[in-house]
Amino acid sequence: MTKWAVLSPPTLFLLAFFLAPALIMVLASFQYPGEFGGLAPLTDPGDGKEFGLTLENHAFFFSDWLFAEIFARSFAVAAASTLICLLLAYPVAWLIAQSPRRHRDLLVLLVILPFASNFLIRVYAWMILLGPQAALARTLNGVLAALGLEPVSLLFSPCAVLVGMVYVHLPFMILPLYTNLEKHDPVLLDAAQDLGANAWRRFWGVTWPLSLPGVFSGSALVFIPVLGMFAIPDLLGGTRDMLIGNLIKDQFLGVRDWPFGAALSIMLTLAVLSLAGAAAWLSKPKARAA
Amino acid sequence: MRRLPTWLLLAAASSYAFLYLPLIIVVAYSFNDSRLNAEWVGFTLDWYRVLLHDEEMLLAARNSLLIALVSSGAATLLGTLAGLGMHRWRPAWLPLLVITPVAMPEILLGVSLLVFFIQVLHLTLGFLSVVLAHITFSIGFVAIVVRARLAGMDESIFEAARDLGATPWQTFRLVTFPLILPAVVAGFLMAFTLSLDDFVITFFTAGVGVSTLPLQIYSMIKIAVTPEVNAVSTLLMLLTLVLVIAASRMDKGFMRGAG
Repeated sequence: MTKWAVLSPPTLFLLAFFLAPALIMVLASFQYPGEFGGLAPLTDPGDGKEFGLTLENHAFFFSDWLFAEIFARSFAVAAASTLICLLLAYPVAWLIAQSPRRHRDLLVLLVILPFASNFLIRVYAWMILLGPQAALARTLNGVLAALGLEPVSLLFSPCAVLVGMVYVHLPFMILPLYTNLEKHDPVLLDAAQDLGANAWRRFWGVTWPLSLPGVFSGSALVFIPVLGMFAIPDLLGGTRDMLIGNLIKDQFLGVRDWPFGAALSIMLTLAVLSLAGAAAWLSKPKARAA
Repeated sequence: MRRLPTWLLLAAASSYAFLYLPLIIVVAYSFNDSRLNAEWVGFTLDWYRVLLHDEEMLLAARNSLLIALVSSGAATLLGTLAGLGMHRWRPAWLPLLVITPVAMPEILLGVSLLVFFIQVLHLTLGFLSVVLAHITFSIGFVAIVVRARLAGMDESIFEAARDLGATPWQTFRLVTFPLILPAVVAGFLMAFTLSLDDFVITFFTAGVGVSTLPLQIYSMIKIAVTPEVNAVSTLLMLLTLVLVIAASRMDKGFMRGAG
């Protein structure tokens, strides 16, 4: 009795507001669009308009290269963001793990604090820094002018999108990496050193393979949200930097083709689920030992 | 302890600088006596004065706080139950149900709730739809913090309570609850912060019915960069700073939960 009194409220709430909407989306992806947005009815309304289920939305996706291109671009941006985050995060995570115990909590808190500030504020900060009147753009364009080249815009470019993505998601890479690196036994590195391994070999032979579970979970935490992001391309990117997130947003709030938006969402969900599954499988310690 | 190579220290230091410099600039320019966020002109509090007279912004701030309070209250209750249940009975499906909504890209939860609210519930988007959406993504965070706290505790104290004749309710009220209280408070503060900060899910579930601070900030920066946004950002950062520090003081497991 107690068991169900405890378990049923959160379960029922999430069944209603997470699982049911997810299933509705699957259904919606097979429906016709309504006349003024929304969805067309499932049963015949008797007015000669479209109703019932269709494969048209999925077929539409495969009918135009543009959509495949947007998906490919999103994956490329997510992969690049993940890689840059990894390069920036590793030294920080390592430094924290190697610091005296009493400093570690403070160093971790320093990583969390900027990530606690609103995500739009962090994007806005880069709108200022990369803006045409900011020192960065003026210096760069000064140099370009001296060389007789055309001025460039830092804002509203693919680079700006990448900077924003990395900036917003960096802590997601640092924290799991640190949690992993902190657990390494220093004796292993001592042993490697005694056996004559230099710093380079100690890293690639000991630290890096042991840190792979942290690398994979951090990568999943960066890759997945970047894949669905629409606000950063919206604010920092140009019109040609559209990603999956922007495409989905437009279907629901712009052109109001809900069924196609639902089909795109289902495809994004499938992509994310397979990535998360792969990351979970790769980051299992026993999978590495085998 | 092994000595760290200098280049590693430099790399780590530049990553920290990369994290903080942009935010420092936002704060600094909120006190800058210039309409352009381009160079330092002189100190002023004008932008905070502009902010205080911006009716739309004040209304959005009030909505944000109210939504955060209601949704984090409900999420704390549901999330604590979920954390207790996951620890005590270990049902395989509950962690999946609790964690998936926060592990997916936010836009997916946002659009699916939009369709669900309009198509199935025939709800007019506004305060209620935003609150329901915020509860959905906050439950997981509270549940994880509470479960982490329970996992670190000695089971024998609960057995002792039972052996001494306490009913399940008495055990909960007199033993379990006081022990998990710091985690519950930390979970509440975390849910409050998440709700206050959420942009993506609110963007899809608010409709035209209600505006929140992040929505207001978004529509302002979409048009132009203005120091008023720096001022509201600075205040919002100050508030989240206080909330995060309070949450991490409350419960040691909080920082791990956040990761």
